[in-house]
Amino acid sequence: MRVSPGLPSVSLTVKLMRAAAEALLLAALVGCAAPTPWVKPYEREHFADPIMSFNRDPVSSTYLQHVFETREGARGATGSVGGGCGCN
Amino acid sequence: MQLTREARGAHTRCAAGLSPFTRTLGTLCAIAAPALGGVLPEDRADVLWHVYKGGDITIQGPSVLVRKKVGDNLSLSANYYEDMISSASIDVKLSASPYHETRRQGSLGADYLHGKSTYSAGFITSKEPDYKANTSYFAVSQDMFGDLTTVTLGYRRGWDRVFKDRKDPVSGRIVTDSVFNNNLGHNSADHRGYSLSLSQILTRNAILGFNYELLTDQGYLANPYREIRYLSPGLGPGFTLADQVYPNTRTSYAATAQLKYYLPYRAALTGQYRYFHDTWGILAHTVELDYTQPVLRHWILDGSLRYYRQGAADFYSDLFPRANYQNFMARDRELAAFRSYTVGAGAAWQFAMPGVPSLGKNSINVRVDHLLVDYSDFRNALLVGTYGAGNEPLYKLNANIFQVFVSIWF
Repeated sequence: MRVSPGLPSVSLTVKLMRAAAEALLLAALVGCAAPTPWVKPYEREHFADPIMSFNRDPVSSTYLQHVFETREGARGATGSVGGGCGCN
Repeated sequence: MQLTREARGAHTRCAAGLSPFTRTLGTLCAIAAPALGGVLPEDRADVLWHVYKGGDITIQGPSVLVRKKVGDNLSLSANYYEDMISSASIDVKLSASPYHETRRQGSLGADYLHGKSTYSAGFITSKEPDYKANTSYFAVSQDMFGDLTTVTLGYRRGWDRVFKDRKDPVSGRIVTDSVFNNNLGHNSADHRGYSLSLSQILTRNAILGFNYELLTDQGYLANPYREIRYLSPGLGPGFTLADQVYPNTRTSYAATAQLKYYLPYRAALTGQYRYFHDTWGILAHTVELDYTQPVLRHWILDGSLRYYRQGAADFYSDLFPRANYQNFMARDRELAAFRSYTVGAGAAWQFAMPGVPSLGKNSINVRVDHLLVDYSDFRNALLVGTYGAGNEPLYKLNANIFQVFVSIWF
């Protein structure tokens, strides 16, 4: 059996990044006429509670992620997301 | 091959796994991810001590993370991380010798807030005796739709230099192998990463997170200390060890969806799933469930369950039929097919610093995780004398992971 893992999909990468940029641009343009938020700022108190953070203790979650990623073939897309909480 | 046998052993890359670039991904979480669109992270310092024990490996060390605002729009962060490794793992016992070494990693990051946008940039450097890695990154986050939605685009670039150590036959000292990579003495690997993240408030109690990340690697991606084995009936134990041959490129795709829900009695439930595949033929699924429950006035308890499953890389085999069986050959168990299960629990005690009004929020935290890795096609080759080559029992890894850390908000 001859195995030929593919070359880096540079063209695919470019396409994906272009699609992401277009999506962001579109979202920004749509944002100019943003719909009324269906969750009002005064209804978001739960998102200001630390227990609702996707990454409450970065120093700990980073370490645990490191433990997994060095023992598994999979990697990436584990960066915590967040924001949009309107708690500022 | 003889050099490999005499080498000091499988270093951090062996003990701790695959590409060090993946390590930087985690660091990016610590110093970059908290930078959310529209709001800067809190000023905070964390001092952590970590211990990993399992598979005849002990890895421990500190991690210190400090984040501080400068003015209203800029937040700076710095992290120092250390792995002190003592390894006599199954890989080391098969083709090298037990060893001790330290990996040190430092990083600096900055987040600049402008309106509803946050611009983040930073640099990470990692150093161990036989591996040096540098990574830089940039990301931009944007709040939109009345701050219900945050979109983040990120880019990172890494440059690694790979060395190989060996034991000098005359002096007995560990020296860098000067003939490694056709007398160059080192090899190189480049990495690029592209990410898209989205967080979306769904209801007053639920928030959705989505991450997509594409990573590409080019250069020397193998572990210079580990070896494949192939059948050689009648010779030695029935198999022979030989150098691994890896492809020089790899591209991987990963997507994660997270849903976090606030329960009516002040508790949080999180479910997440990650899909992963790459050009090496690895397909992986990760499912995780986390539960957070504040109790009494000052305690927060956490519990988590994680399930991970992956298929083997196309060029992986525990035992190849013969030498030079195919163009690429590997026996790194991180490329094998396996399932892993992790159960974890943590507790945080929150307190105010007595006599220091400015330090009204602090916490002491402990966390314990147990990891079981159940390999489907990686055998314990050390038992070949009892069972014969190819008939050894499948290997299982049991590990305990401890963390103790103090957090101070200031």
